[in-house]
Amino acid sequence: MREITGKQITDAIKKLVIEANYKLDDALIKKFKESIEKEKSETGKRILEQIIENAEIAKDGVYPLCQDTGASVIFAYVGEEIVFKENGNGESILVSAINKGVSESYVEGYLRKSIVRDPFDRVNTKNNTPAMIVTEIVTGDKMKLVYMTKGGGCENMSLLKVLAPAAGLEGVKQFVVDTVENAHANPCPPVFVGVGVGGDFEKCAYLAKKALMRGINEKNPNPFYAEMEEDLLERINKTGVGPQGFGGTITAIAVHVEAFPCHIASLPVAVNIDCHSHRHKEIIL
Amino acid sequence: MKLIKLTPPLSDEIVRKLKAGDEVLISGIIYTGRDAAHKRLVELLDNDKPLPIDVKGQIIYYVGPTPERPGKPIGSAGPTTSYRMDPYAPRLIEIGLKGMIGKGERGNNVVEAMKKYAAVYFATIGGAAALIARRIVSSKIVAYEDLGAEAIRELEVKDFPAVVAQDSHGNNIYVTGKPKYKTA
Repeated sequence: MREITGKQITDAIKKLVIEANYKLDDALIKKFKESIEKEKSETGKRILEQIIENAEIAKDGVYPLCQDTGASVIFAYVGEEIVFKENGNGESILVSAINKGVSESYVEGYLRKSIVRDPFDRVNTKNNTPAMIVTEIVTGDKMKLVYMTKGGGCENMSLLKVLAPAAGLEGVKQFVVDTVENAHANPCPPVFVGVGVGGDFEKCAYLAKKALMRGINEKNPNPFYAEMEEDLLERINKTGVGPQGFGGTITAIAVHVEAFPCHIASLPVAVNIDCHSHRHKEIIL
Repeated sequence: MKLIKLTPPLSDEIVRKLKAGDEVLISGIIYTGRDAAHKRLVELLDNDKPLPIDVKGQIIYYVGPTPERPGKPIGSAGPTTSYRMDPYAPRLIEIGLKGMIGKGERGNNVVEAMKKYAAVYFATIGGAAALIARRIVSSKIVAYEDLGAEAIRELEVKDFPAVVAQDSHGNNIYVTGKPKYKTA
């Protein structure tokens, strides 16, 4: 057994939130630089250059990468040998410590608060909580926290559909390509595409977001799905949507697919789109 | 490409000259407004009440900035997706709004109003919010402070970069751009 305190979690979340919102990963900037070469539209090239310039300005820590500093999505992979040390406020230690970290970093870090307390009365909670927290129990005595700032414009363009098994691989691929093409300029292309295949309704949506959380250069370890990722990227980039939807050959930077077993009657597919400001960071406690 | 310099208020004549694909630099005063502010403005119009800002000849920028740091006029300030304002925009165009800035395509109801009353829709780069923030010289809240990031602000901008995405003649860069590069 290993103890983790609420304070350790709060401190880690604060660090992740600030880093994610101000500093785009070097690996991502490298991808954008490479994509300038591949982009055929002059306007498209100029937009990609401005995305890089924007990241240069943001890393000084004054202006966040985007004004939509997102919903705070946290995937917590919790080792089963961990014990969370009581902090005495009656709430789950993990959840309250994460929300404390989000709240403090959004207020102290001059980030926009984008969460309303109820879908209909729409009153802002003024500290970006509650975070969207997903927990998974894993082996060991460590905890991995993966943080993502998820913008509203791209989340709005995400879709889930349970296809019939007869739709097959081609049916799934067509759904993914159509979803990105129909989203057009709205999710701020060039986008990152997370695809979930299989599971049930909510598992499939979870897989799509988990796919987005993967490192930008990591392919699916299963060669079948790695090939599917490559083919999807190629097909999405043939749609012509281009940077900001003004037309061009770079519509997506990467496509990641996560799969899971499913019911004999179902072939669920979920597409979670992230904007070019692909802000995620992780830490191991 | 030649950059067209614009300063509001915009006349019908200037608006009619702008064509989809033109790149512009806007200087002077523009206003911010997004979902919640638009809802309130249209509710006032529905009840024949005066608006807190005069929109005649003006440009509204669809943005909800991050909080400003001490000594800075504004935080990061990139565009939000415009279609969410489609249910409200034609009402403002009818009473003289000349320009809108956002990202993404507008619906037919907005296009028809733009054609009829001479208005133009500009797009600026979504996610280039830090870069855009540096083109904003000053900012003050002029209405709906309770809405936080969604309050209506008066911004003074200098060389604010935008592209004419949909013009007052029905031309649309989102329609004409994609087919040029579509290969499947």
